[in-house]
Amino acid sequence: MTATETQPSRATRSVNLKVLGPILALVVLVIVGAALNGNFLSAANITNVLSRSAFIGIIAVGMTFVITAGGLDLSVGSMAAFIAGLMILVMNAMLPTMGPGWPLVFVGMLTAMVAGTLAGFVNGFLITTMRIEAFIVTLGTMGIYRSLVTWLADGGTLSLDFGMRSVIRPIYFDGILGISWPIIVFALVAIIGELVMRRAAFGRHAAAVGSNDQVARYSSVNVNRVRMLTYVFLGILVGVATIMYVPRLGSASPSTGVLWELEAIAAVIIGGTMLKGGFGRVWGTVIGVLILSLIDNILNLTDGVSPYLNGAIQGVIIILAVILQRDKKAES
Amino acid sequence: MSETRALSLADVCRSFGPVQVLHDISLTLRPGEVHALIGENGAGKSTAMKIMSGYLEPTRGQVKLDDAPVRFASSQEAEAQGVVLIHQEFNLADQLSVEQNIFLGHEKRRGLFLDRPAMQAETRKLLDRLNCTVSPTARVRDISNADKQMVEIAKALSRRAQVLIMDEPTAVLTEREAEVLFEQVDRLKAEGVAILFTSHKLDEVKRISDRITVLRDGHVVAQGMTTEFNEDQMAQAMVGRDVSSLYPVRSVAVGDAPALEVNGLNVPGYARDISFTLRKGEILGISGLIGSGRTEAMEGLTGLRTAHGDVRINGRPVSLKSPQQAQAAGLCYLTEDRKGRGLLLQKGMRENLTLQALPAFTNWLIDHKAEENALTKAIADFDIRAPSREVLVGNLSGGNQQKLLIAKIMLTDPDIVIIDEPTRGIDIGTKQQIYEFIHALSAAGKSIIVVSSEMQEVIGLADRVLVMRLGTIAGEVSGDDMTEDKIVRLAMGLGATRQEAI
Repeated sequence: MTATETQPSRATRSVNLKVLGPILALVVLVIVGAALNGNFLSAANITNVLSRSAFIGIIAVGMTFVITAGGLDLSVGSMAAFIAGLMILVMNAMLPTMGPGWPLVFVGMLTAMVAGTLAGFVNGFLITTMRIEAFIVTLGTMGIYRSLVTWLADGGTLSLDFGMRSVIRPIYFDGILGISWPIIVFALVAIIGELVMRRAAFGRHAAAVGSNDQVARYSSVNVNRVRMLTYVFLGILVGVATIMYVPRLGSASPSTGVLWELEAIAAVIIGGTMLKGGFGRVWGTVIGVLILSLIDNILNLTDGVSPYLNGAIQGVIIILAVILQRDKKAES
Repeated sequence: MSETRALSLADVCRSFGPVQVLHDISLTLRPGEVHALIGENGAGKSTAMKIMSGYLEPTRGQVKLDDAPVRFASSQEAEAQGVVLIHQEFNLADQLSVEQNIFLGHEKRRGLFLDRPAMQAETRKLLDRLNCTVSPTARVRDISNADKQMVEIAKALSRRAQVLIMDEPTAVLTEREAEVLFEQVDRLKAEGVAILFTSHKLDEVKRISDRITVLRDGHVVAQGMTTEFNEDQMAQAMVGRDVSSLYPVRSVAVGDAPALEVNGLNVPGYARDISFTLRKGEILGISGLIGSGRTEAMEGLTGLRTAHGDVRINGRPVSLKSPQQAQAAGLCYLTEDRKGRGLLLQKGMRENLTLQALPAFTNWLIDHKAEENALTKAIADFDIRAPSREVLVGNLSGGNQQKLLIAKIMLTDPDIVIIDEPTRGIDIGTKQQIYEFIHALSAAGKSIIVVSSEMQEVIGLADRVLVMRLGTIAGEVSGDDMTEDKIVRLAMGLGATRQEAI
């Protein structure tokens, strides 16, 4: 009697397309890139693309959990800039007492992690305990962090003391077996994220909360705790991304991390995570990040389209991804 | 407009993909007649109604209006012809007023602006016609379910409905509210409206319909005047087997030891001074009108709402401030709202089944194999009939969803289970199964509270019944005193014994 209400064949076909879509897009981009420029597939270019996508990628993994649980965080770009500024200020301030060296680098790392945790906690607290819309809260904190970093830098640039720069440089530029640290950290974060999303109770709970928080509550899931943790984890990951980022330029300015939230959210959505929550996949987000970086890279390597149009292209892609994600059911 | 119309289906078939759900259905709705369409969940009632009202097209066969074949391209087209379907779930905008809802999409205008006085006057007239006293300016979210049902009907009448199709109009109404609805149905019938309705409550089918069509697995298995059927015959035609003994015989002796003692429980705004004792292995019924605070009291007890009071489980005082604490103490609440609060409709059966008991399946990572085994066991134990293991829960029939929900709760292995509306909107064959599950749980030593709007259900299942009224316990009946009459009198605040000349 139940067979009457389902149409299994169509459902599986569309699911398969949703699974394959992002992968196909990535493959097409690689082919296009290789055809347009001989250097595209060189080891140097691939390393460059992957290292630069690591910042957004690490943040986007955290964003996947937030969106899966039905939330949103617009503040990550400003948060990264603020944490970068803070990290640089703390290291500069401690330099005279501690001297340049790894202990000071660890102090900087600790600063970034603690600041990220706290920032995530503040977002989570306002959204869960104070019950304010995630959009409003993170729009607000986005403005706050951006303004704070501008104020700390007095409108200019916060630069890490030159003595420290050479000490901290290896975090971005070195690695093991020719693979740079940012790529390794991104890979680790992605693998752990995928495992947590698929196989851990937390991932299941996040999807349940995003799917229907009432059902989750009636099923003895601590909804506020799950939501809070998604924001805290995202904050921590923003901290990790900042630790990778600061060594690259050794400075932070009001333009640091601008539009990172757009890239992170776009990567999550391109990867097939439902914007309204309830379903997320971390490996999809990784593909999404790679697609965005490759587009940027191809624009830089070829002359056809100005790289200044990159943001416009990302905007178009995120809108397209949401259109493609829409269920056929919703239309009828 | 006083014209009347007759709507009929002639040899209608309908398939979804390879699955045929309707086989050569023929039936006629005549002006001034109430036609009941009955059948188990999944028998094809909804599909038939959707075809009549333009939401679906038949694969074969014809829809006829006054004997002329018609083809409704959409529900709007059907409405323009006077054929209106009222959905089981209310199709009202909660934030808008009664008047705004009734004229939604058909607003009256004067020049550029809305003609509110005219719309309010007409709303008043429509509601008066239905004997409904709700104010046209009241917000829909503030009015009762019965009034919402009346607003739906008023909305249909404002579209000049000559054929009114109602999908389980009484599912969310109390018996008294249903009574008001039936009076209005009689009135519309006298005005020449052709009416079709579905219901799982056979006594009400018997009472208000003139003609009956019984569907089973997409076939018409019986059709005729209502006077030709008694309730047992209807049930038998629906299920295809004898269901005269709906409630299993109680074979378990109730223990003496108290499993749950509640003393002076207050749920602010909903219930106060709730005190009762549930014994080990007992099935305790809680009855009362909708809005009497039954559900809220139970939600307060299980930490889903703010509540204060003295609760003891197995004699030991416990503090249940959250559902997690209640579950840890062995107390579980099974919600009345299986679609909104019970199950994740967009997820599969496995994720739903283990959601509440997930820690038991997790050792760092979730053990998928153990989950699959639990699902296999649940499907067998609770006779869950699904087209495949991967089906989305939203695509299961109501009865199978309810079975899955029970399986989900039982996976947490509670000692005390509170089941709110165990069989709402479920066909009679599945009802019987669910009653057997409840008895089996009690036989296994679980203590059970059954909250229900259906008097027959509490009486048939429970050892003892508490009746709630206006947020307090109005009385308790047990043994031979457990009759509908006594329960209704307590629920209405009339005292348990009938006095002469009320």
